[in-house]
Amino acid sequence: MQSQQKLILARKVLIQITLIGLSIVFLFPFAWLILTALKPIKETMTVPIKWIPSKFMWGNFYDAAVYGHDSLGYYPFVVYARNTIVLCTLIVAGTVASNSVVAYSFARLRWPGRDLAFGITLATMMVPFPVLMVPTFALFRHLEWIGTYRPLWVPSWFGSAFSIFLLRQFFRTIPFELTEAAKLDGASEWRIFRTIVLPLSKAALAVVALFSFMAAWNDFLGPLIYLLDQKNFTLSLGLQFYQSQNGGTSWNLLMAASAMVIAPVIVLFFFTQRLFIQGIAITGLKG
Amino acid sequence: MKSISKKEGLAGLIFASPWALGFLIFMGYPLVASMYFSLCDYSVLKPPIFVGLDNYISLFKDDLFWTALKNTMLYAVLSLPAGMMTAVILAMLLNTKSKGMAAYRTFFFIPSLVPQVSLAILWRWLLDGEHGILNPILLKVGIHGPNWLGDPGWAKISLVIMGMWGVGNAMLIYLAGLQDVPTQLIEAADLDGANSWQKTLNVTLPMISPVILFNLIMGIIGTLQVFTVPYIMFPNGTPAHATYFYTEYLYDNAFRYHKMGYASAMGWIMFVMILILTIFSLKMSEKHVHYQG
Repeated sequence: MQSQQKLILARKVLIQITLIGLSIVFLFPFAWLILTALKPIKETMTVPIKWIPSKFMWGNFYDAAVYGHDSLGYYPFVVYARNTIVLCTLIVAGTVASNSVVAYSFARLRWPGRDLAFGITLATMMVPFPVLMVPTFALFRHLEWIGTYRPLWVPSWFGSAFSIFLLRQFFRTIPFELTEAAKLDGASEWRIFRTIVLPLSKAALAVVALFSFMAAWNDFLGPLIYLLDQKNFTLSLGLQFYQSQNGGTSWNLLMAASAMVIAPVIVLFFFTQRLFIQGIAITGLKG
Repeated sequence: MKSISKKEGLAGLIFASPWALGFLIFMGYPLVASMYFSLCDYSVLKPPIFVGLDNYISLFKDDLFWTALKNTMLYAVLSLPAGMMTAVILAMLLNTKSKGMAAYRTFFFIPSLVPQVSLAILWRWLLDGEHGILNPILLKVGIHGPNWLGDPGWAKISLVIMGMWGVGNAMLIYLAGLQDVPTQLIEAADLDGANSWQKTLNVTLPMISPVILFNLIMGIIGTLQVFTVPYIMFPNGTPAHATYFYTEYLYDNAFRYHKMGYASAMGWIMFVMILILTIFSLKMSEKHVHYQG
């Protein structure tokens, strides 16, 4: 019995040590990102490596944020940040608005062909974006939307398979007795949707909003295809352009800029951790 | 009764109309059109000219197409198992209900939040041949680190390692799956005197096999489309086209060389490959995946 307990204790200690070790490995790149961002340029290139900056250059963040170059047509980071926020807002609004309506139809209204339509929607998740890329571009070109934000946000107002799926699963868990009673009282579907289903679904709507925000913030290929003018660039594009101009030279400013692109996402995660984790778990398990 | 359901049907169609429109415009039309474009000489600037299977035939003779396809396949073969194993092991460690589990979960998860462009730039810096930090650290433990970014073989490995760093999403899905495994099953195995390894192999893994299958299929679809990170980290597929991936070549054909028909043909070949691989995984899994009643 004694040795049994010792074995269990040894196992616990071993697991703890592994977890701590792995945590260091997983967090180290972030530490190095911040340390580099705070260094004077010279200290990013010393051999042997200088771990801790001799002076913490908080000004690097400011320099990276306002860095601009007229001759390159490069705009300051704050411009890209504003563009990205505008775009993300339009996309999140569209995703939540359109998908909640559509998911309501799939989850709680009966109409001929509904289940087939839902099956098709799920199947579209397998269609890779590159297949759709060329005709979609041709379409937006025909509409003369190239160079504007419209190709990036308008489609989000027409529903997306993943969000429809997520919201449908949630809407179905709301007891039908609740809505039947309202129906007998003569409430319209729109009213039931607005006053009963939506208020009960805040968590699911938040998950959809969160995921669509992350996707929009992250998106690189879309803006790369559709945005032409540098003053309209998003953070992803701007950062890439910044890198192609400064990569291999001012790593400290580049890291400061990267940190500013990463930080909002991580802050958002810390405030919404529970939603996030639940949302991801749902997508995996019910898939 | 009948009139209610009629009303409901109408409401259903109205509520579903954004999806129906979106489906037609952003899915139906592009699918049909790209099928047609793939049979055309098309630059987007001029109307398409029908050329039959020319694009497909040229693709089969195009060395760069094969290079990109091989790179992508090799990358998938390396990164899918590596990522999956990392995710499952992390999830299992987290499922041991050790102290500080919530904190560890957060630590392992946040790398997956890093936007792709930042991810590429950050790792370029970590792996940089001259001033990167990884090799000096490896040297401290006596390992002479390779030329991560400059060597054709190691460049791919670099991407695989970056993928392992960002498995947080899959890890959370597995963790949720593990937490769903009924404790009675584990206890029953305990009573039978199974050790941890046997329990993992014979109880836990079969129980989460549907989740593994889901992640595998999503992984295949995602990996074959890899674009942003290599595009930024290894411009033009340097070194020696070792990191030039399928979607990059497709993108270049479409938007650099304006060979939109050619690009569409590549898109369809990719789609068919994804379909075949998905059906194959589903078929293979029939024997191995266990669905709870």
